[in-house]
Amino acid sequence: MLRYVFGRLAWMVPTVLVIIVGSTFLMRAAPGSPFAAEKVADDQIQKQLAKKWGLDKTPTEWLWAYLKDLARGDLGPSFKVQGKTVMDLLGPAFPVSLTLGLLALFVALLVGIPAGFLAGLRQNTAVDYGSMALALVGISLPSFVVGALLIVFFVFDWSLFPVGGWGALSQLVLPAITLSAPFAAYIARLARTGVLEVKHEDYIRTARAKGLPEGEVVLKHMIRGAIVPVVSYLGPAIATILTGGFVVEKLFRIPGMGSYFVTGAINRDYTLVLGTVVLYSTLVVFMNLLVDISYAVLDPRIRLGA
Amino acid sequence: MSEAVDEFVRGRSLWQDAMGRLRRNRLAFWGGLYVGLLLLACGIVPLLVDPLQQRTAAPFQRPSLHANPGTGAVHLFGTDELGRDLFARVFYGGRISFLIAIVATAVSVLIGTFYGSIAGYAGGRADNLMMRFVDVLYGLPYMFIVILVLVVWGRGLVPIFVALGCFQWLTTARIVRGQVISYKHREFVDAARTIGASDRRILFRHLLPNVIGPVIIYTTLTVPAVILLESFLSFLGLGVQEPFTSWGLLAAEGTRAVNPLASYRFILFWPAFFLGSTLLALNFLGDGLRDAIDPKGRRT
Repeated sequence: MLRYVFGRLAWMVPTVLVIIVGSTFLMRAAPGSPFAAEKVADDQIQKQLAKKWGLDKTPTEWLWAYLKDLARGDLGPSFKVQGKTVMDLLGPAFPVSLTLGLLALFVALLVGIPAGFLAGLRQNTAVDYGSMALALVGISLPSFVVGALLIVFFVFDWSLFPVGGWGALSQLVLPAITLSAPFAAYIARLARTGVLEVKHEDYIRTARAKGLPEGEVVLKHMIRGAIVPVVSYLGPAIATILTGGFVVEKLFRIPGMGSYFVTGAINRDYTLVLGTVVLYSTLVVFMNLLVDISYAVLDPRIRLGA
Repeated sequence: MSEAVDEFVRGRSLWQDAMGRLRRNRLAFWGGLYVGLLLLACGIVPLLVDPLQQRTAAPFQRPSLHANPGTGAVHLFGTDELGRDLFARVFYGGRISFLIAIVATAVSVLIGTFYGSIAGYAGGRADNLMMRFVDVLYGLPYMFIVILVLVVWGRGLVPIFVALGCFQWLTTARIVRGQVISYKHREFVDAARTIGASDRRILFRHLLPNVIGPVIIYTTLTVPAVILLESFLSFLGLGVQEPFTSWGLLAAEGTRAVNPLASYRFILFWPAFFLGSTLLALNFLGDGLRDAIDPKGRRT
């Protein structure tokens, strides 16, 4: 087990490296330099600028220098935001995106699993149809539309929450709901299927036959088998939830990393883009590791590292 | 007598069975009909009403059955900030949304089927290597790469097709590979090989037809996923660009028209309604198809 975890931790480095290399070459393949938009037509000045930022080097040399800095924990200066390093910009933004993502994931699990279980246990009843219909709506609407509708009702009509921003607890409610909605819906569907799959298994009948109360049958025996599809979905879900945060951050004007990535990409702010890529992908890869470990804990048939 | 018996035992193919089950599934049937009608409307409406004509006399006109005195035209769904007729624009946007969804899905299905069938048929180390690559791509936050590709290649329709199509094929590849592996040791494959069929012929003529069912199911679920992704990109300003429009872009404009100073909710409502209802209908159709083709499967 421990060996597996260390092995996977070691694998994180090449994975993130591949992502960095890929992103760098993608960006450098783009026509035009980061400074082409600036009003310095003079060739000499352009050359000086390129030299200052190391762009006179080949992409490989540039990448090598970047990686050496990265190994020391230095993400470099931002190309476009004057006088700021990438760390200055992303340092405060990273915890914001992380909080929003984790909160949304938590809400999605908290809503999705009980809803799916109820639907599965009461298959073909009003509860089942109702929650599954709601889940389909959740999957079918883009999160920015859900968010905008929430703003219309909860902010403009009933003035229950502030329209956006970051800092107060009340500002977290609507973005967290918005970001979690499609995931809660999907998790509910998976949990329902999981329940349907195990509910007629022999071990459940045994648990009932030996006289366990129904609550214990569900919470102790059924949940273990039924939750496996949910957990295996969490890996890809985490990547999507964190990048889905871009849209929600923009809609609710939350100072997260999303806007830095998008504007950085548009402005060819190489270091800023790479900084966000490094932070995000490390996070995603790390979370995937956690998911895989919990997978094995839940289902003893899965042996890690085998 | 013998004729009657023939009548009685005439077989029904698996596909006939599946289509019968699909027709009996009311949600799937109505979902399919709705999408069909919408496709028709998206083709016709923009020809009748000009979605690009700007009317300075009538910006932000509310939906109404009566003719606007300034323009002399009826704006059923109202007009946007430039006075363009929303009724026409919604169906005009639907064209692009469907176009992107269909092309990107086709690209992803082609790549996925090709990749997955080769990996599954080759087996061994090649298979292992190819699927590891898919695993690595799965773990990436691929919205990053889509955004980078769009920035690098400029923001037109073709880069959107490529960017979305190139990252939707992973699941198709996995499904196809699994199917190919489960069929490649059957008798009919051995039979084909004994009479000297080439690998390529076995793969394309004998194995791939068996893969179609699951691929169709996944494809109908890919179309709504792509429409959704396009709407995110448009919301971030990286998707479809004016003068073209899409449901995602229209809805994104709608979110900006809803603010405390002057709230024009219908501008958000119409595209959101058509976007949401289409995805809902496609999901119904996809679920119905899955139940019809694979009645035992109870996946989500």
